[in-house]
Amino acid sequence: MTAIELKNISNSICQGINLKISEGELLVLTGPTGAGKTTLLNIIAGLVDYSGSIFFDSKPINAIPPQKRGVGYLFQDLALFPHLNVYANIAYGLNTERKSLKKVEEKVDSLLKLMNIEHLRDRYPKNLSGGEKQKVALSRTLAISPRILLLDEPFSNIDLRTRKYLRIELRSLQKRLSITTIFVTHNLIEAEEMGDRIAVLCKGKLEQVASSKELFFNPQNEQVIDFIGRPNILKCDSCRMLRGEVAEVKCGEISIIIPYEGGKINKILISPRDVYVSTMKPSTSVMNGYWGTIIKLIPLASIMRFQVKIKDNILLAELPKDLFREFGLKLGKKVFIILKFRGIRVC
Amino acid sequence: MNRLKFGWGILPVAIFLAIWEGVSRLNLIPGHFFFPPLSTVMQEFYYLIANGVLTDNFLRSLVRVLIGFSAGSVAGIGMGIMMGYKKTVNKALYPIISLLYPIPALGWLPILMLWVGIGEILPIMIIFICSFFPVIYNTITGIESVDKKLIKAAKTLGASDRHILYTVILPLALPNIFTGLRLEAGMAWRVIIAAEMVAIPTGIGALLMRAESLIRVDIIIVCLMVLSAMCFLFERFFLCLELKLTQKWR
Repeated sequence: MTAIELKNISNSICQGINLKISEGELLVLTGPTGAGKTTLLNIIAGLVDYSGSIFFDSKPINAIPPQKRGVGYLFQDLALFPHLNVYANIAYGLNTERKSLKKVEEKVDSLLKLMNIEHLRDRYPKNLSGGEKQKVALSRTLAISPRILLLDEPFSNIDLRTRKYLRIELRSLQKRLSITTIFVTHNLIEAEEMGDRIAVLCKGKLEQVASSKELFFNPQNEQVIDFIGRPNILKCDSCRMLRGEVAEVKCGEISIIIPYEGGKINKILISPRDVYVSTMKPSTSVMNGYWGTIIKLIPLASIMRFQVKIKDNILLAELPKDLFREFGLKLGKKVFIILKFRGIRVC
Repeated sequence: MNRLKFGWGILPVAIFLAIWEGVSRLNLIPGHFFFPPLSTVMQEFYYLIANGVLTDNFLRSLVRVLIGFSAGSVAGIGMGIMMGYKKTVNKALYPIISLLYPIPALGWLPILMLWVGIGEILPIMIIFICSFFPVIYNTITGIESVDKKLIKAAKTLGASDRHILYTVILPLALPNIFTGLRLEAGMAWRVIIAAEMVAIPTGIGALLMRAESLIRVDIIIVCLMVLSAMCFLFERFFLCLELKLTQKWR
């Protein structure tokens, strides 16, 4: 297990980044496109020039070349060697360590088994599916027993179902191996599910590092709010458990069904992106659906943000401007809104 | 299915040869002396092999091509690797290579005749030049086209620069290198024939010129057939080798 410390890291993209990551922690690095997430990973791996200092377990590693940093790096496009089969891809890093053939074979076989891809051993990357490539790339990264794992949007090209499965697999593997990990994503659900903490990077600056709850309930500045969305925070007056992992809370005069994991609920939070807006009520019965009235318009660059009054609560919602016009929405218009169940966070 | 495809490929050739034989035998072209039938050409082909004239000249040309092409390719690949891999070497040598590359191989003939004289070295050097420059360019292109992410990945996996060169860069540059070799293998034969026709008294090119002075069109056609067959075989050889080495993963 290795702790990471970045002190005043800068280059043409990143600006004065200070960050501490504890041993065995999984830190999610998120932010809009072009924020410098991949660059920061490249800096930690030693693949690009930078100023400032990096410490692994309090030892400076600036002078250490990428080959010797002991960093396992899973690239966004996976970077599997197309001319090597699955076995040779996984064994690549082990062969550079000049290990005996038997040891290499044992290690590769154990990883093939761990990832459940033994049947792919002799295949070439061109004959693998997205999920299979993912597992091979992860096995190759883990084969060198890295001190630190850097994962750059590893699930970006994978279908939703496989992505969810791989997320769970990766998280349990990371916990089991206790590898300090930095996981880059711009998917906030992924960030919340995976990370011990979330770091938000905007325009090369680290804007906030916090637990997911703290980040969503207390975004530190406008940059963070712009990225995660200005949240609707509703105070809960009472809570009633319904079944399993579902509860009903009263927020003023409206009651909302929420995901419930136990404990006392003081507030709930929902992003404007997770507030669905319609001009009519769906014919089927809906959960968390309410009639409200548009009371304020906040035009932004490409979206229209607006306040909807529902009884004694006011919620922020947003729509792309063209859709807003298409729906014929305007001040005073009655709209039906639905709160996305999985978008509700509790505190 | 393959047999059917092969049949469709061979049919036009058979028709062409039949027309050739027929037109010549029936004297449909005035001055049939300049247009011998296929059967006469094949007969001459047999005689030239039997009396050793064709074999002797062919072997001389073959040896020149093999030595010149091998040396040119090895040097071209070596230089291409250095230029493609090391930016400083590329910066230093690229202007010189760019100036020399456009000169056609045969353009070097007069100056090489003065420098090395008319002997075995001359055609070998011409073939060397013919192969060297294009192979450099293809090797550089191959190396530069290797995805930089793969090199970064190899680095993070602990590979040294040399290990990366041998295990990642060169294998992935192979398709481009082979394209250069394949094109230049055929070109080497075209150039050697031209060089032998102009300046060297032995080889298939020289035999062509002697046949022309004796107005032996049948021998000229035999020589052209040999040239065509060798260009085809050399190109095919490199194509097969390329497929064998890269088909699995491409």
